[in-house]
Amino acid sequence: MSKRLLVVFSFLIVASMLLGACGPAGSAGGDTIKVAILAPLSGPVPTFGVSTRDGILMAIEEWNAKGGVLGKQIEAIVADSQCTADPAVNAANKVIDQDQVHYIIGEVCSSASIPVSEIAEQKGVVQISPTSTNPSVTLNPDGSTKNYIFRACFIDPFQGLVMAKFALSQGKQTAFIMFDQGNDYVLGLAEAFEASFTAGGGTIVGKEAYTGQDTDFSAILTKVADSQADVLFIPDYYNVVNLVATQAKERGVTSTLMGGDGWDSSDLDLAAADGGFFSNHYSAEDTRPVVQEFVSRYEAKYGSKPDALATLGYDAANLLLAAIEKAGEDDPAKVKDALASLQYDAVSGTITFDEFHNPIKAAAIMQVKDGKVIFADSIAP
Amino acid sequence: MNTSPIAQLIQKIIKQGWMGKSFLLLITLLAVWRLVVALQENPILFLQQVVNGLQLGFVYALIALGYTMVYGIVRLINFAHGDVFMVGAFVSFYSITRFQLHTWAERLFPAMPDGVSLIIGALTVMAASMVACALLAVVIERIAYKPLRNAPRISALITAIGVSFFLEYFAALNFVFSPNFITYRRPIEVVTWAIGPGGITTLGGGIAPPPGTILISNIALIIILTSIILMFGLQFIVQKTRIGKAMRSVAYDKQTARLMGINTDAIISTTFAIGAALAGAAGMLYAIAFSQIFFWMGIIPGLKSFVAAVLGGIGSIPGAFIGALIMGQAEVISAAYISTPLRDAIAFSILIIVLLVRPTGIFGEPEREKA
Repeated sequence: MSKRLLVVFSFLIVASMLLGACGPAGSAGGDTIKVAILAPLSGPVPTFGVSTRDGILMAIEEWNAKGGVLGKQIEAIVADSQCTADPAVNAANKVIDQDQVHYIIGEVCSSASIPVSEIAEQKGVVQISPTSTNPSVTLNPDGSTKNYIFRACFIDPFQGLVMAKFALSQGKQTAFIMFDQGNDYVLGLAEAFEASFTAGGGTIVGKEAYTGQDTDFSAILTKVADSQADVLFIPDYYNVVNLVATQAKERGVTSTLMGGDGWDSSDLDLAAADGGFFSNHYSAEDTRPVVQEFVSRYEAKYGSKPDALATLGYDAANLLLAAIEKAGEDDPAKVKDALASLQYDAVSGTITFDEFHNPIKAAAIMQVKDGKVIFADSIAP
Repeated sequence: MNTSPIAQLIQKIIKQGWMGKSFLLLITLLAVWRLVVALQENPILFLQQVVNGLQLGFVYALIALGYTMVYGIVRLINFAHGDVFMVGAFVSFYSITRFQLHTWAERLFPAMPDGVSLIIGALTVMAASMVACALLAVVIERIAYKPLRNAPRISALITAIGVSFFLEYFAALNFVFSPNFITYRRPIEVVTWAIGPGGITTLGGGIAPPPGTILISNIALIIILTSIILMFGLQFIVQKTRIGKAMRSVAYDKQTARLMGINTDAIISTTFAIGAALAGAAGMLYAIAFSQIFFWMGIIPGLKSFVAAVLGGIGSIPGAFIGALIMGQAEVISAAYISTPLRDAIAFSILIIVLLVRPTGIFGEPEREKA
């Protein structure tokens, strides 16, 4: 019932906007720059959506307080895209056709960002996704780069490369890789780690696959202990890492555990994973002033420490607005060129874009130590 | 009609089951050869994998007993059994975290030595999950299975699958247990001993175990000891007590047992309760071993224990025990020497092979013709 009311209500709002746009006072463009935020505020991952939206809105507020972009205030239009293709496409069509936005920040999930990117590319709207890691977000099926689409996060293989570099810098010579053969995220990290680790002079002494349902890793871990590898690379999500880390201790495994941002969860078993390292998008303990300023302002505004999603949302908005300023004109065709050649000192690192519109920036290396996750190092590619 | 000699030969081969038999022989030889090579290459590593398999096998054994007892008495494959196991794990988790049940002896009698009070506490937690599971199983039996006792067997089977889904998704509700992975806090600290020719050393502090030693943890010892004690207890109940006698007679012939004055409904309920209590204990042991619980954790161990029960001969208690140990070994050894992703495929192909070669299992007796 209330849903129907909401639909009627939103129709009324849209109608009034259209009427307003038709009137002589609100001529096209107007004196604001509209930016659409597509975030999954409902659906499977609503907390991701809320964090992302909060980070983006904070960036926009800060720009507005400084006087806006090109002398114009920025108007944020938030749409719920539910981390799913259909609602995301509807939301994208709505903000482009009815609200006449030239810029979209979103979506969070790759599965929603990819269909949105096709619409944005076709209609010449600049889209920057804060967190979608799938390569196809910025790439056409034929491998060429989509002109108008960017992202603010690094893609999965990059984390494998960074961890390999970090492991070598710690003097680790041998590594054992465990991977879930049915998970693209894990496979991407594992392959990149293997390639970079061997290229950097390390040796992979063992590689074992498992499936996502496994709980008993005793057979593999006995082999790991036997191989006496310096590093056990396990780039899976925290639930698998918990199982592996707990059992590793009992099997006499002395290797240092390493992984990717799948470890980043409050449910990670810190006691079991003690001494392990993982890569992440940023650390709240990074001492760069831009990070510390962001963290303290975010805490003052929302009452909690910003997570990676809020940070990347904040960075995505800043990148976009800085590019508009650099272009000097509210024209997506010029803004996309400005964005492609931008260098920006963002919270998650100093960002420039490569030819595939993926950011080149440093990754934060986190260490699990004495029941806490602490910032260990920052590794540039 | 095709009567060419080649076709006749093929038909003869199929009819006599030569193809299946020679295929099985080939696989067995391959497996044996692989094991011999592995044993020669690194006997310590091989023995270590056998120890790993034992730990897994004993947990399966406790679950398999529930399957086999219920099947022996009412000829029902209770697919909800794996989920009762999951409930057991959650009950033990909450009685530790919410109610601090494992510390009651320490709080009541502070003078008691730490070790003794911890053992009493852990046993209380185990008893709590066993009782909870037993009650749950009796309720399930009364509501879901009893009304179907005279219905076709397939109805009860499908109901069992329904009960299984109900338990899973009911447990996943936020106000029941949780849809998330939960890290299980073990009531005891893990100690791992390295046993070798140079004596026994305790591992710890990130020191690599001395070469040529076999590792065994206190967790593995606890699992193996508890399982053996519970299994002897069960064997005692079934073979030596009045109620066990009644169970055996109900399993043999329900109608006649009733005519002899045995309350068959009560006996069937008791059987469900005992089987579920063992699953509850297994749930706690499994959670201690792998220290992570969630609402789907019962599915795969449940299925594997079912295979173990069939392998040993469903309806036979020693059979379930031996079958489970074989399953544990098959799984760990295939993970170690063939392929980890294939371990489940190998475990389940054992079921198919058993059904082909010896449908009654290792200790099973052929179905008796009933009057």
